[in-house]
Amino acid sequence: MIQFVLLISRQGKVRLTKWYSPYTQKERSKVIRELSGVILTRGPKLCNFVEWRGLKVVYKRYASLYFCMCIDQDDNELEVLEIIHHFVEILDRYFGSVCELDLIFNFHKAYYVLDEILIAGELQESSKKTVARLIAAQDSLVETAKEQASSISNIIAQATK
Amino acid sequence: MASPSLMDTLFQRGLDDIIKGVRHQQSSTECIFISRVIEEIRREIKSTDLQTKSTALQKLTYLNSIHFIDMSWASFHAIECISSPTFSHKKIGYLAISQSFSESTPVILLISNQLRKDLKSGNEFEVSLALDCLSRIGTVDLCRDLASEVFILMSSSKVFIRKKAIGVVLKLFEKYPDAVRVCFKKLVESLEGSDSPIVSAVVGVFCELSAKDPRSYLPLAPEFYRILVDSKNNWVLIKVLKIFVKLAPLEPRLAKRLVEPICDHMRKTGAKSLVFECIRTVVTSFTEYESAMKLAAAKIREFLMEDDPNLKYLGLHAISIMAPKHLWAVLENKDVVIQSLSDEDPNIKLESLRLVMAMASESNLMETCRVLVNYALKSDPDFCNEILGSILSTCCQNVYEVIIDFDWYVSLLGEMSRIPNCKKGEEIENQLIDIGMRVKDVRPELVRIARDLLIDPALLGNPFLHRLLSAAAWVCGEYVEFSRNPVELMEALLQPRTSLLPSSIRTVYMQSAFKILIFCIHSYFLQKEDMTSEVSDLSSKRECSESSDLATGKALVQSDQDEGFNPRESNQSYEYPSVVDTGDGQSSTPTFMEKKSLMHESIVNLLNLMELVLSPLSGSLDVEIQERACNVLGFMELVQQEFSNPLIRKEANLDREEVIVSRVVEWVHDGFTEELGPVSVTAQDRVPIPDELVLKENLTDLEAICGGVELPAPGSFSLTSPYYGESAVFSVSNLQAEEDSEPSTESTSLLTEHRKRHELYYLPSEKNKIPANDYPPANDPSSSINTNDATEDLVKLADQSLVSKRKPNHAKPRPVVVKLEEGEAAPVVSKKPELKDDLLSGAIHDILLGNEVKAASSQGNPSDKSSSKRKGKAKHVDLLDSKENLAVGEQPNHENPSSRRSKHRGDGKQKSKKSKGKKNGDGREDDGEKESQKIRDHHGRHKSRQRADAPINVVPQTPDIPDYLL
Repeated sequence: MIQFVLLISRQGKVRLTKWYSPYTQKERSKVIRELSGVILTRGPKLCNFVEWRGLKVVYKRYASLYFCMCIDQDDNELEVLEIIHHFVEILDRYFGSVCELDLIFNFHKAYYVLDEILIAGELQESSKKTVARLIAAQDSLVETAKEQASSISNIIAQATK
Repeated sequence: MASPSLMDTLFQRGLDDIIKGVRHQQSSTECIFISRVIEEIRREIKSTDLQTKSTALQKLTYLNSIHFIDMSWASFHAIECISSPTFSHKKIGYLAISQSFSESTPVILLISNQLRKDLKSGNEFEVSLALDCLSRIGTVDLCRDLASEVFILMSSSKVFIRKKAIGVVLKLFEKYPDAVRVCFKKLVESLEGSDSPIVSAVVGVFCELSAKDPRSYLPLAPEFYRILVDSKNNWVLIKVLKIFVKLAPLEPRLAKRLVEPICDHMRKTGAKSLVFECIRTVVTSFTEYESAMKLAAAKIREFLMEDDPNLKYLGLHAISIMAPKHLWAVLENKDVVIQSLSDEDPNIKLESLRLVMAMASESNLMETCRVLVNYALKSDPDFCNEILGSILSTCCQNVYEVIIDFDWYVSLLGEMSRIPNCKKGEEIENQLIDIGMRVKDVRPELVRIARDLLIDPALLGNPFLHRLLSAAAWVCGEYVEFSRNPVELMEALLQPRTSLLPSSIRTVYMQSAFKILIFCIHSYFLQKEDMTSEVSDLSSKRECSESSDLATGKALVQSDQDEGFNPRESNQSYEYPSVVDTGDGQSSTPTFMEKKSLMHESIVNLLNLMELVLSPLSGSLDVEIQERACNVLGFMELVQQEFSNPLIRKEANLDREEVIVSRVVEWVHDGFTEELGPVSVTAQDRVPIPDELVLKENLTDLEAICGGVELPAPGSFSLTSPYYGESAVFSVSNLQAEEDSEPSTESTSLLTEHRKRHELYYLPSEKNKIPANDYPPANDPSSSINTNDATEDLVKLADQSLVSKRKPNHAKPRPVVVKLEEGEAAPVVSKKPELKDDLLSGAIHDILLGNEVKAASSQGNPSDKSSSKRKGKAKHVDLLDSKENLAVGEQPNHENPSSRRSKHRGDGKQKSKKSKGKKNGDGREDDGEKESQKIRDHHGRHKSRQRADAPINVVPQTPDIPDYLL
């Protein structure tokens, strides 16, 4: 089971955190501090796995971003590397050659994408096409809702309520 | 109220503005900016306009997930957002909830209704949001309330909803095991599809479930097998393999069927992840299949040969799984393993270090350690300590099983402590002492190593080594008789830099110094005695010692004459020669004596040195140090009169004092040289309590007598403290105190009486570091003899459990290592599995094996809402159950079906217990029927109730599982 997913930039800035097991706010920031210390200092030619507190962290660097997933001791590291790649490919397809800025400004969308790929720490969808379709459908729903909400008449209705 | 809301809506900053704003801030002003934004959010979020509210919530969620700003205060607003009819608000609300809610969030119960509404919603995306949310934050209550909704969704027409619902089931089972009754069948049915996201999701769920309790899922093995053979999806295959790793140990027949398809995958697939999973499956679960192991080893070899550090790491990891049973795999790849020790990746280095240690055996241990210590010298501090740690732990395995040459090992320990980065002081400390106690033959070398460590003033500066030094000090004091030069040791122990040590270790140093002093004085007396008795001419040449020599002679004569008059004294003097002959120091004393005979001056020098160093310490603030310093100083005062200036002393006092001093030294020395082997933790328990021993009565007596004296807590070394205080008195005012002590220590003597009678049940106190302990208590003529007997008894007792397994069949015979057969390893406390898991596995077991007893019996349980549903479900009883049903069907005479079934089940249980021998075949069924018929009348009803009441974690009987695979 995937315990949590982290996206950390090369400078140690956090870009996304998703926790599938309960961690308190305090533990979360501690975990991130600890892990970014370990992972960011590792050289480029080293293996992508870190043993950490009886768990394993699989990470991979794409451009300036480190994608990290923490898994149980007997999970398959290579599989998780593939899942990370899967996630990155979907992001790439969704944003159109994704870069760090996309994730910064659309942080919520990155979460929505992730939610379509993983559920309860398990992979739920291995088809990129399906995920793209689902996300697009939800986006259009959100857009229509937004258009309604931001229409002048709506604001006036709100104000004069 | 409307106008601020309108203002907020029109001029509200969006998420983009906040993100840009934060990015433009310097790191110093960032905090201020954020706190300003939070203020803003706090205002906006109270708005009645959901658009404003949700935007504020979105901003807050952003700040929370990236900057870890607390957002628990906004929980209620998040709930407001998800109740909005607008999808975008809902989405923002759900994101906020799944990021920030936890079990302890107070308002979490409020979302139950909203979740139910969304789960039933016609909009599939709203359903999916609710499912995602539930999978993330599900609590016991939520899971219980929503189990039925999730169950309905599991048969949704939309694949995407079905798949999510299955994902949520994992959470459901974890929090609310009773959900199994509702959902499990559906889950199993979902396995039957072909390659689809559904199967992938279900397999994922089973993979997690089987990790906790594999036995319950054994009946599903055929399904998994089919997936293993048919599926083309590598990710699904990996999960299925993981399940089989868990199942294989439970059902030996599985392995035979599985090996072929797994090897097939291993050969054919191009995906490294699948290959690795196959390798791992084989090396963990199918170790007895030679061909599969060979194939796995070949694949591992391929991994190791790759440039990819990931594959190399995993390859090494796989070998280390194989290592315990199949060492050949390690040896085959020896070159790569050794090479990896100098890899730049610390993970790979660590993995290869483990393998190197796995390869270590009696024959190559020395070579291996040599190589590793060299690596340790070269590598960074962390890895250096990893290396040292693994050497230490490997060597001490099974009571130093691999070590033949202890002299070498002890010197290796010494060498390791000198490695600059060494932080393993504590482990080395333990091993030094442990080896000292267990291996007699190594003691001379041990003392030599300890001396080298103590003398080196540089080591005192390293706080990581202090523990180690305390071990060295203890070894030197305890085994001083093997030392070539005790005076040198004494100087090392009293060197000024010892002030750098923490007080607890300083006290060890002082105690050791005291032991050495006793040893020196004692050997001096021995020597003198030898000289007086054998060659008195020789001794008379030494002017200064002449008179004292004479005095000793006189004293001996006198004590002989005293025989009968004072029983204790005579006993002592009888003992005197015998101890000299049999004492431990005897064998080596000559070597030391030959090397350097102790002169009178050197003793005086020693005493002076000690006084110089210890006098200031008697005022130390640390109680322990002060106490010891005072004790030693007191003793020295007694002794010093003997050595100070014999000519000035008054003639009348001379003889008496001489006797006292030599005798005291003798006693203390006896105490220190008393060998105390390791005693098994359970030794005490194995002593049968004799009938005449009335523990309680005596203890109440004692309490009355020692009212004032504080008895030490049981378990600590007992009964020493009453002497302790006395000893100080004694050592300060020498002779008089001894005589005075006789009447004044009534309570003590009572204690001694008790001790004498039940010697065996007292811990031998000789080894205690409190010197006065060894002083025989008053009115106890036979105490020392008794003590010896008792120790012998103890030794005998311990001997029963002492095993020295290895036969000395090496060129250099391995010294005897004293071991205890038990109590060495920490007792393995079998951890109780969590109640939840039990409930879960019990429930699953019930469902899978069609066991409806519980269902029927728990109908009365009001908390069980789903019971009505279950009645319907009872109809599609599993295939597995049908066999049992048939059996029941043959019994026509029963009142109602449900109770009949439950009875049968109860009897079935009994049956399978009773007829264990006839498990196989149909005979079992018949037997069981007969048996059950007999019993039914008596036990039927009772049984079923018992089953329902009893905890459901009854381990399923293996015969319940038919030959699925055959």
